[in-house]
Amino acid sequence: MASSIRVRAIANVEATEVQTLIQHPMDSGFVRDAKGEFIPAHFIQQLTFEHGGRKVFVADWGTAVSKDPYVKFSFKGANKGDDLKVSWIDNKAETDTATVKIQ
Amino acid sequence: MKFRMPRSLSPERVPASPKPATEVSVRSRIHFALAALAALALSTLQPAGAADTPDPAADAKAFRDYFVNKFPNVKLEDFVNGPYALDGDMRRQWEEKEQFPPYEFSLEMGKEMFAKPFNNGKRYADCFENQGIGIKQTYPYFDEREGKVVTLELALNRCREKNGEAVLSYVGDEMAALTAYMAFTSRGRPFAIKVPDDPRALEAYQNGKRYFYTRRGQLNFSCATCHVQNPGERMRAEVLAPALGILNAMPIYRSEWGGMGTISRRFTTCNSQIRGVPLEPQAEEYRDLEYYLSYVSNGLPIAGPGARP
Amino acid sequence: MTTTKPRAQMRISISWPVALLLVAGTASVRAAGSETDFRVAYAAAEAADQQASRLRNQWTVTAAALAEAKRAADKGDFDRATASAKEAEALAKASIFQATNEIDAWKQLEIR
Repeated sequence: MASSIRVRAIANVEATEVQTLIQHPMDSGFVRDAKGEFIPAHFIQQLTFEHGGRKVFVADWGTAVSKDPYVKFSFKGANKGDDLKVSWIDNKAETDTATVKIQ
Repeated sequence: MKFRMPRSLSPERVPASPKPATEVSVRSRIHFALAALAALALSTLQPAGAADTPDPAADAKAFRDYFVNKFPNVKLEDFVNGPYALDGDMRRQWEEKEQFPPYEFSLEMGKEMFAKPFNNGKRYADCFENQGIGIKQTYPYFDEREGKVVTLELALNRCREKNGEAVLSYVGDEMAALTAYMAFTSRGRPFAIKVPDDPRALEAYQNGKRYFYTRRGQLNFSCATCHVQNPGERMRAEVLAPALGILNAMPIYRSEWGGMGTISRRFTTCNSQIRGVPLEPQAEEYRDLEYYLSYVSNGLPIAGPGARP
Repeated sequence: MTTTKPRAQMRISISWPVALLLVAGTASVRAAGSETDFRVAYAAAEAADQQASRLRNQWTVTAAALAEAKRAADKGDFDRATASAKEAEALAKASIFQATNEIDAWKQLEIR
């Protein structure tokens, strides 16, 4: 099964810019399906980016974040060729992780 | 152009063979005179260009000129980007998102679906010319054998049926993913829709044009109300797209839908938004509408799959 | 009745069904009157909406008004049901007018 995480990290002079697109339903639990039943809540609770063993970006998410979330941020202290690790865990304790080289 | 004559003047009421002068009633004489007058008036009333047979090429030129004149700072090819061609702030946000487009997952799903063989071993590629790659700009087309407009969505479901597979919903995610992939393989290719010199094709074209301009729904909007009279203006929080090039970026990933949607989905939801009960997806009117709108955007590049608010 | 009951209760139990029949009788006469009104109005509204359907121009609000009328009728509120049915008919007729008017009117919007 394909990874749910698409990530691209580019090292610029000032900082490294990271963009990520994650495939996840991010169901709030408030929406009903065609039969009128509630679609159970299923959303990422924590998203973490690590570089060199250090957490550079941590997001605590809830039901307000929409389906297939997109994140963009910058951080300092990384070089081209370094590894960047992305991982998330959701309210059903499902997880996914991906590691990418900074371009 | 069909002119409906009032019943009292219809030719059927005029006596075919005149009775002897003594028996011809005053009434039938008056009817005959009125019919003759009406025929004369009609022949002088025909405005130039509005002949009985439509002129698609002239329509397309007039259509293009209208939008180019309305938005002189927009490059012709840029009309396919809808609201992003007309609103600078929206364009900036969109260009940034295109680096990591939201439709990636649907596009990938479409690519996998397209490559996967049917249960009988055949594939979608066997149903289309050039293996189904880079052909979206020729759809829809008028099928002269059947005498109807065939859209890509219809052709895909026919391909499935022919190979023993269940049809896909025209408004569902799978059809959207498939057409997204096929559009992607045609990116940049100009729309090349043909209206053959066949009265049935011209009728389908005219039918689509009529649908486009006809007001419907309790809100009494036609497609033209938003997309011809008010492109660039706001409809609640949305910026309206111009009709020129409006199908070039289809199918579209709409943030509102949180996913990819087909042409069928957009047509049906536009109808219900103006409080008109939608017709069934791929109804004749919708296929003809797609035919007309695609034709008048000939020459503009395919930009699908697109992303919209 | 085989069980013995105190005299007072027996009196009530004898006259109570009679009283109920009397009340039910008059209520059903009233309901029947407005129910007929409703059925007539609903049939007219449905017929108009069918005509709009043939013209491929039904409105969503017509369907909503028809559904509202049916819901009210099911609850026994025939006055409200008739009012909704009449509104549905008016909406359906407006949609028919729109469709027939647009047969020629669309040309006014056409880019030439």
